[in-house]
Amino acid sequence: MAKKQHVQVTINGRSREALVEPRTLLVHFIREVPGLTGTHVGCDTSNCGACTVILDGKTVKSCTMFAVQADGAEIMTVEGLIKDGQLHPLQQGFKEEHGLQCGFCTPGMLMSACALLSKNPNPSEQDIRWGISGNLCRCTGYQNIVKAVQFAAKKMSESKTVAQGGSK
Amino acid sequence: MFKTSPEVGGMGHSIKRKEDLRFIQGKGNYVDDVSLPGMVYGQMVRSPYAHARLVSINVEKAKKLPGVLAVITGEDLAKANLAWMPTLSGDKQMVLATGKVLFQSQEVAFVVAEDRYAAADAADLVEVEYEELPVLVDPKKAMDPGAPLLRDDREQKDNHIFHWEVGDKAATDKAFHDAPVKTKVDAFFQRCHPAPLETCGCVADFNRATERLTVYLTSQAPHAHRTLFSLVGNIPENNIRIISPDIGGGFGNKVPIYPGYVCAVVASLTLGVPVKWIETRSENLMSTGFARDYHMTAEIAAGKDGKMTALRVKTLADHGAFNAAAQPTKFPAGLFSICSGSYDLPQAFCEVDGVYTNKAPGGIAYRCSFRVTEAAYLIERAVDVLADELKMDPAELRRKNFIPASAFPYKSPLGWTYDSGDYEVNMQKALDKIGYPQLLQEQAEKRKKGELMGIGISSFTEIVGAGPSKTFDIAGIKMFDSAEIRIHPTGKAICRMGTKSQGQGHETTYAQIVAQELGIPAADVTVEEGDTDTAPYGLGTYASRSTPTSGAATAIAARKIRDKARKIAAYLLEASEQDLEWEPGKFYVKGAPGKSKTIQEIAFAAYTNHPQGMEAGLEAVDYYDPPNLTFPFGTYIAVVDIDKGTGEIKVRRFVAVDDCGNIINPMIVEGQIHGGLTEGLAIAFMQQIDYDENGNVQGGTFMDYLLPTAVETPNWETDKTVTPSPHHPFGAKGIGESPNVGSPAAFVNAVVDALSHLGVKHIDMPITPWKVWNILKEKGLTG
Repeated sequence: MAKKQHVQVTINGRSREALVEPRTLLVHFIREVPGLTGTHVGCDTSNCGACTVILDGKTVKSCTMFAVQADGAEIMTVEGLIKDGQLHPLQQGFKEEHGLQCGFCTPGMLMSACALLSKNPNPSEQDIRWGISGNLCRCTGYQNIVKAVQFAAKKMSESKTVAQGGSK
Repeated sequence: MFKTSPEVGGMGHSIKRKEDLRFIQGKGNYVDDVSLPGMVYGQMVRSPYAHARLVSINVEKAKKLPGVLAVITGEDLAKANLAWMPTLSGDKQMVLATGKVLFQSQEVAFVVAEDRYAAADAADLVEVEYEELPVLVDPKKAMDPGAPLLRDDREQKDNHIFHWEVGDKAATDKAFHDAPVKTKVDAFFQRCHPAPLETCGCVADFNRATERLTVYLTSQAPHAHRTLFSLVGNIPENNIRIISPDIGGGFGNKVPIYPGYVCAVVASLTLGVPVKWIETRSENLMSTGFARDYHMTAEIAAGKDGKMTALRVKTLADHGAFNAAAQPTKFPAGLFSICSGSYDLPQAFCEVDGVYTNKAPGGIAYRCSFRVTEAAYLIERAVDVLADELKMDPAELRRKNFIPASAFPYKSPLGWTYDSGDYEVNMQKALDKIGYPQLLQEQAEKRKKGELMGIGISSFTEIVGAGPSKTFDIAGIKMFDSAEIRIHPTGKAICRMGTKSQGQGHETTYAQIVAQELGIPAADVTVEEGDTDTAPYGLGTYASRSTPTSGAATAIAARKIRDKARKIAAYLLEASEQDLEWEPGKFYVKGAPGKSKTIQEIAFAAYTNHPQGMEAGLEAVDYYDPPNLTFPFGTYIAVVDIDKGTGEIKVRRFVAVDDCGNIINPMIVEGQIHGGLTEGLAIAFMQQIDYDENGNVQGGTFMDYLLPTAVETPNWETDKTVTPSPHHPFGAKGIGESPNVGSPAAFVNAVVDALSHLGVKHIDMPITPWKVWNILKEKGLTG
């Protein structure tokens, strides 16, 4: 067994550190060090995207990265979406539009959708479909996930308009 | 039926799902999220060979690795008489191999270590010496005289498992003899795997102090699993608690008991600590319950006018190394005899032979009520082949042969009594919605220009909701199902069922049934499933049986509560029971609506002011044994365009008109349809677990076993007709599986239709661009 390495990351705004084997996958670090089990493992070939998190602003599949590679990074997981007890518009969208069934892909989907909307606040249906194409869902057929993301995009652009209006 | 307000949220309201709040916050509790103090990890050692003698297993190196606690082999299990376990089909299956291995990835040893990485390291250090044996992968060769004998543990010294037949063979043969038109199609329904996004796994926790075994299990049938663990492991059933927490999709994959579960339990019993075992995706695809693998032939006899007179079906079923099909014991080919479909066939005969091969065991019902998908695909494909032969419009041919609405309840030639249906109205709605005449015209114009466009219809009938218990059992346990409702003093409720949601939304839909029957808002009703210590006994969720069985039990239990509530209301209102009228949420005195008691007031009185001589409390249990199965149906129409240069198929439109009887939650029903159609799309075009001649799995990862992403998946257009089930307490039939059962034929029929003018009669699934391109190349059309 190789010597354990010190890893420090900030997850959802909180510093987390541990001594881990160099081969420890980031997803295992996230699930087992702070116990944030919302990030799931659905495959072992980087296909399913259930483990998707946002690392320094970009989506990564946390099963395909070692924890040591993430040393010093800022990570957001599904648990970081809620703010001051308020569900993120994407979370609201998934509930309102029936964008989930078994819920296993949902955290990864939310992370990919979140990254998509931060880059592209007004995505077309095709943009959304491509934006979540790294995430597999076995239950929904994606149609209501697309609607959920559209719901969130609309809601976020409305609140932005309100905020801008209010600042005048 | 009473219409409840949206606030109450009874039947027919698209209320938002109660379970979603935890899932969207990452607070679901799946088996791999369970972490117990002192928990250790199991890892399976698997065979790289499909058929080989086990010469030796050396575990010494593995045992010496730091952190390793135990290495269990088949010989170790044999000492406890656990090297083999019974399957759900009357066969037995090796837990850990002894003597020889029979399929690639078969379980050979189980390593337990303090963390998952050490367990994986140790698994690599287990030294297994194999001597390769001849491999049998082609089921058609299984009965050849020179075929290798796979199961030398059986008394019967060949590879034949069963022969099963139903129907009147002589009358069917005569009808064929007399018929002016005969048609035939050979259709292979490929081996595929349900691949729920969460793999299978468990945490087995044996507490030496209490002698209780708790197993957190990815189980679609926790009670049945408890009983089987007790019988096979010789553990008192009261000392076993199965907890099936949140399940990340099942689709039939989580019905059987797998060797990994047994090994984790044995390890926990041996070590006295909790043992977690979670499959990798490859382990899931390569070793757990596959589906289909049916080599089918259908023949139809008909008059020149297209009126069908008989159906003859012959099928070779590849069951792999052990017959581990998860299905009712009296039905070796499941409910495949629904293969006469939606058609009024005077005669039919169906026979199935099951054989062993060197492939993973299974034959589970993948989003399907036991081989119904195979049956629906076959008849819907065969009808299109007949239409092509007669040069008749496939919709017209279907219309001519539908069981008329007036004929229900309809006795099929293969022995089923269909509860209700109105097929013609349903199909017409689908044809209207998609604009069928215009599409035919467009297709004719495109053909003139050399463009390839196809329209495919599937007008299927399902059979779901097993029991009745007189004919249906799983491993001897009768197929009823249950519900228990307890009304709290403040008028809120908790309900527990014998079923187990894997994403179907039971926490919402069962609450809506209670809301409908008692007028208690669905928001005030908590639904719990999956804990065998608390829920009433049941057979679990698969075969679209939750609504037909536990849903029915919920309604009946609620009605028992209402009966008692009436007595309490009469007492409180000083009226006779006969003078009370019910509307959702309250009893009132006939002619004096102001004189009433709400269900909440009655609930409070049940604990604080109940009539003397009456038991306190307000609760009921019901074990529901359905009098018949239910028969959902629908018409699906696919429109495809084919790129001649690449063979790529684009599903341009897909209309699904389902009839699942009365609907509890339209939003959830639509979601189920979207999901099932997407799995049907995957089966038609992508998913296959194939083997090479040496028995190597060709679809053992998500890189090789393709699932559709949001990009390949079209927008689904859904609609409905409503033909209630006459025997179900609220007229529901079940929906989860219809879209998966009915859609593969629609896709394949559309692709074949696009190519039919070139002489193409049939293409086996999955219809990949490569397959289509090769056909086009052969026809000189690739340009």
